[in-house]
Amino acid sequence: MAAIEAEELVKTYPGEVRALDGVSFSVEPGTIFGLLGPNGAGKSTTVKILTTLSRPDSGRATVAGHDVLADPAAVRRAVGVVGQRNAVDGEATGRENLLLQGRLYGLRGRELTARVDDLLERFRLADAGDRFAKGYSGGMQRRLDVALGLVARPQVLFLDEPTTGLDPEVRVAMWDEIAQLAREEGLTILLTTHYLEEADQLASQLAIVDRGKVVAEGGPEQLKAELRGDTILVELDDGDGDGPAVEAALGRLDGVRDVAVEGRALRARADQGARAVPAVLAALEGAGIPVASVTVARASLDDVYLRYTGRTFEEAEESQAEPAGAGAEER
Amino acid sequence: MSGVLADSWFMAQRHLRALLRQPAWIVVTLVQPVMWLLLFGALFKAIVELPGFGADSYADFLTPGIVVMTALFSAGWAGMGLLQDYDRGILDRFLTTPASRVSILAGPLAQQSLVTIVQSLIIVGLGLLVADASFPGGVLGVIVVIVAAILLGTAVGALSNALALIVRKEETVIATVTSLTLPLSFLSGTFMDLNLAPDWIATVAKFNPLEWAVVAGREALTAESVDWAVVGTRLGLLAALVVACFVVATRAFRSYQRSV
Ligand SMILES: Nc1ncnc2c1ncn2[C@@H]1O[C@H](COP(=O)(O)OP(=O)(O)O)[C@@H](O)[C@H]1O
Ligand SMILES: [Mg+2]
Repeated sequence: MAAIEAEELVKTYPGEVRALDGVSFSVEPGTIFGLLGPNGAGKSTTVKILTTLSRPDSGRATVAGHDVLADPAAVRRAVGVVGQRNAVDGEATGRENLLLQGRLYGLRGRELTARVDDLLERFRLADAGDRFAKGYSGGMQRRLDVALGLVARPQVLFLDEPTTGLDPEVRVAMWDEIAQLAREEGLTILLTTHYLEEADQLASQLAIVDRGKVVAEGGPEQLKAELRGDTILVELDDGDGDGPAVEAALGRLDGVRDVAVEGRALRARADQGARAVPAVLAALEGAGIPVASVTVARASLDDVYLRYTGRTFEEAEESQAEPAGAGAEER
Repeated sequence: MSGVLADSWFMAQRHLRALLRQPAWIVVTLVQPVMWLLLFGALFKAIVELPGFGADSYADFLTPGIVVMTALFSAGWAGMGLLQDYDRGILDRFLTTPASRVSILAGPLAQQSLVTIVQSLIIVGLGLLVADASFPGGVLGVIVVIVAAILLGTAVGALSNALALIVRKEETVIATVTSLTLPLSFLSGTFMDLNLAPDWIATVAKFNPLEWAVVAGREALTAESVDWAVVGTRLGLLAALVVACFVVATRAFRSYQRSV
């Protein structure tokens, strides 16, 4: 049986915001499943529905075998949730935060204190455990957040953007921690992220979400392999590339497809990248478009995203940075 | 049910601990009621000379009213604490645990009840020592005043939490609370014997929960021979109000969860 099953989830917010527009996916037990998408794609909304915080307008979902609408209490007992923002009580110590959380799940006595000691140790908070959490660094607070989600040994752990806002080194350490968790505790983890690299590194299965829909689903390697061939990245010498001219120049080439220009970056796909390069360069030169550099790379998740949504990930992130979406998202 | 009680106790511990770490706060919130008691009490000392005023000493008359009014004022702010938890994501974390919704309300309300006990004792003490009041009701009378204050505070606190959950804006909670508490106080017999007030105020006051608490407390604390039927009906009304306000507040959680 799947650990998580989401079917056609739809959720609209006041003001005609269709946050989820029919999201479906399923997660096998004991795996790390990544929900990858730009800001505003609907990742947090999905997590909120699956963890019973919010209710969908339509659609259904089960988590650990329990229906989120019919039996939310059973779902709550079976899951741990680490929300997108810190949810630590700064006026209490790390240990007090964990003890209260454990008690709310019904843990008591020695079992509880042993579990809390364990988690403080495992998340490198043992020395800081008796200090007020408001004095913790961002990384420490995030580790405490994850520990809070784990207190009651959940079957399914939800991590909503666990590394957003962390420094790069801290982020990599957190990846190790998450990967280790999945290995050692046999947990099912649903992780959302807007870092392509994070999804690539951690998730064994992915759903790429865009504007409230799952646009692609599969393992990262599988998704990349489905694209066939390589990516040719050309850096144009021109201030800002003339998209239509470039597309016209390359459109006639055999074996070159998915041409996209963004600023000075030109991206195209070819079955055999290295072989296509001379023809690409010749075509650009013929059209009078100067070239600064050219690289051939294996397909990345960025290419996958582009292939299924028609825009690059960066572009999608920027379009969301505008006030309308961003304001509501951050509350 | 034992789950609800246990969860409530754990949530209450969190708030009580936070309060004990900042005990000065209890005193800060006392400044205003002490002003009422001492300044208002001094200014209107002669009011008892009015023919028909049902008390011999204004300090005796005023003290129980100030106790319950203080509970009303601080309970009004209860929702601000919940808003802080909401802003910090703590509310959402609690809502995804198996803890009951009632326990999420019970935490701050238990803290508030403790504050009310301490504040009530201080106000009664000041009434006795500084304002020269005398309370024939004795210890039992003081207990009734405190129970009335806690019931009123719990009901209003639950409503304040409900409001906070629905509007989720500090400004709105502040505006609503400040525009309601003072009128409620003046539409009651807190400062003035209602026999001497205009009829319409006396009529409105019958439906004012603050007045229920004032009547119960004043009767138990200052009457020479207490009419327990008066005390009992008012406390009963307040208890029913607490239940109703908790129902409203748990509904507010549903409305909150629809909007996140
Ligand atoms: N509580 C809310 N009220 C109104 N709109 C919301 C709310 N939460 C999210 N949205 C909107 O729903 C869309 C999806 O948001 P979200 O699920 O948070 O995206 P993500 O987590 O992928 O960044 C966005 O357009 C966002 O502005
Ligand atoms: Mg999000």
